[in-house]
Amino acid sequence: MTSAVSVTHKEALPPPTERYTVLGWLYHNLFKGWFNTLLTLLSLGLIVVVLRPLTHWVLNTARWGVIPANFNLIMRGQYPADQAWRLWLVLFLLAVVVGFVWGVWSKQVQIALVAIAAVPLLLMLVPFFDGGIRINLLLMDVLGAGGYLIGRRVPPRHSRVGIFALLAYAFVMLIILRGFTGEGGAWPSVPTTLWGGLLLSLLLAVFGIVFSFPLGVLLALGRQSKLPGIRILSVLYIEFIRGVPLISLLFMAQVMLQLFLPAGAPTIDRVLRALAAITLFSAAYTAENVRGGLQSIPNGQYEAANALGLNAFQTMTYIVLPQALRAVIPVLVGQFIGLFKDTSLVALVGLFDLLGIARVVTANPNWLGTQQEVYVFIAIIYWVFSYMMSYASRRVEAQLGVGLQ
Amino acid sequence: MAEQFGTQDIIICKDVNKWYGEFHALRDVSLSVKPQEVVVVIGPSGSGKSTFIRCINRLEEHQSGDIIVDGVPLTHDVRNIEQIRSETGMVFQQFNLFPHLTVIENITLAPIQVRKVKKAEAEAAAMELLERVGIPEQADKYPGQLSGGQQQRVAIARSLAMKPKIMLFDEPTSALDPEMIKEVLDVMKELAESGMTMIVVTHEMGFAKEVADRVVFMEAGSIVEVGTPQHFFENAQHERTKLFLSQIL
Repeated sequence: MTSAVSVTHKEALPPPTERYTVLGWLYHNLFKGWFNTLLTLLSLGLIVVVLRPLTHWVLNTARWGVIPANFNLIMRGQYPADQAWRLWLVLFLLAVVVGFVWGVWSKQVQIALVAIAAVPLLLMLVPFFDGGIRINLLLMDVLGAGGYLIGRRVPPRHSRVGIFALLAYAFVMLIILRGFTGEGGAWPSVPTTLWGGLLLSLLLAVFGIVFSFPLGVLLALGRQSKLPGIRILSVLYIEFIRGVPLISLLFMAQVMLQLFLPAGAPTIDRVLRALAAITLFSAAYTAENVRGGLQSIPNGQYEAANALGLNAFQTMTYIVLPQALRAVIPVLVGQFIGLFKDTSLVALVGLFDLLGIARVVTANPNWLGTQQEVYVFIAIIYWVFSYMMSYASRRVEAQLGVGLQ
Repeated sequence: MAEQFGTQDIIICKDVNKWYGEFHALRDVSLSVKPQEVVVVIGPSGSGKSTFIRCINRLEEHQSGDIIVDGVPLTHDVRNIEQIRSETGMVFQQFNLFPHLTVIENITLAPIQVRKVKKAEAEAAAMELLERVGIPEQADKYPGQLSGGQQQRVAIARSLAMKPKIMLFDEPTSALDPEMIKEVLDVMKELAESGMTMIVVTHEMGFAKEVADRVVFMEAGSIVEVGTPQHFFENAQHERTKLFLSQIL
């Protein structure tokens, strides 16, 4: 007995969607069942209990005047006020370079243009900024847009010019900040001991990250080397650095770095000593993170590269490292965010970074008792930068397809 | 049986031995391959067939015996190894494509970096190879977006881009879904017909019957029997060969 089999093709239908009204959403997610309702009410109660005194403090009791009064100190430490225009110059050049580099690399990496351009605009909303500052912020966005348009015109095969632009900027920025003429000249020198506040924190963090990254990659490769000398040295370095806290490295750098140089050599700048400690510290952790990434590369990749005739350097550069680094972006960025906040430790070795300046501000007799306001403000600044780094990292990951095959 | 080594043989392996620690993986393996010959190596798993062909391009190192590829002896000398690797191409069971590069970048990377070919020239050659293996439209896709059969064909094209004299295949279709095996075997067949010297480790007996000039049966690290496909599949001599064939066919 034959039975008929249906041969009609069933059409693909869209899945059923559940749509809630606002009240419906509230009910389903917060109040469904007595247990959920109880939890919701408890949470709301907790939020109110915590937020009420906090809001009261923020709006009524806090003496927020301490921030505008010391704003310049917080931002740039003791950088002389009459030379502050150089700081703006540095920011303007930064806007141009960032816009330019973006324009050049916009096909490869697309961190949201809008988000970064929005930052100066949002800052314009800060209440105590005067008109001059607001105009400068607007100018930053304009210059950035200009840089972007120029960058777009660079053909993709010359995209290396982006790296050169950044390197050139770093160099020029340091020269502008440091200055080189005498007292009466156009660019009087400003010794690094006067650099402070957010300026110093950012410089330490950025250069720390930029220098420690290649060093960390080299260490990771060294740790995997077949040559026993290199391998042992790499392991010793990594394990020693990872075994000591950053603060002890900072102390050691301040005291001992000078001893490694021949007698008669110029005294190393104190900021440089701190930067050396930060870089060496971060490199060890970067090395381990990168090593994790390297271990995730299947052997077959090396075999295919060898079979094709690629040598070890080519295999690393074109095949292994791109994959390994892509895999560890989340970990690396997390480490860099931590490093940025760790720069606050230089306050303990006599440098006046963001945190160090905060202590100076609160020591001012005019502003006694304003620790909470100042530290909350500092915390917000740290948070903003950390969040920006985290956001940029997520965008880069999405762009590179990390986590997908 | 004694291998006759002619001076025109492109691969000569004489009494090759390899140990993994205590385990004797290759035992006095001797084989010679003439130019344009297609040799298919069959055998149970663990017989050393993959180890053997991986020794030829130094992905594994043999401890004793001689391997001579196109007149170049395979020793510890890096220059010899590099020369041999430039003349042999390898296709792996797991494809081993570079996932972060597009198909065309996968194919052009080695010619550009190793042979210093200009990018435009390398890409033109790559497109020709993609046409040859039947998937020119996939040039700008990433390996993850292709099916297994397409990936393996890209892998074959990638090896061919370096213009090798010998192609080594290590179970190229073992990781493929059945419906994709044929497309890869067709490419290999075309390659054989165009005159490439090939050593293929495989379980595909149909391919061996149709395309091979010689079939080699290995078991427990040694070559048990060598012969033409006809000899093998109709008239195998050795007991172990007959046992193996009866299990497969």
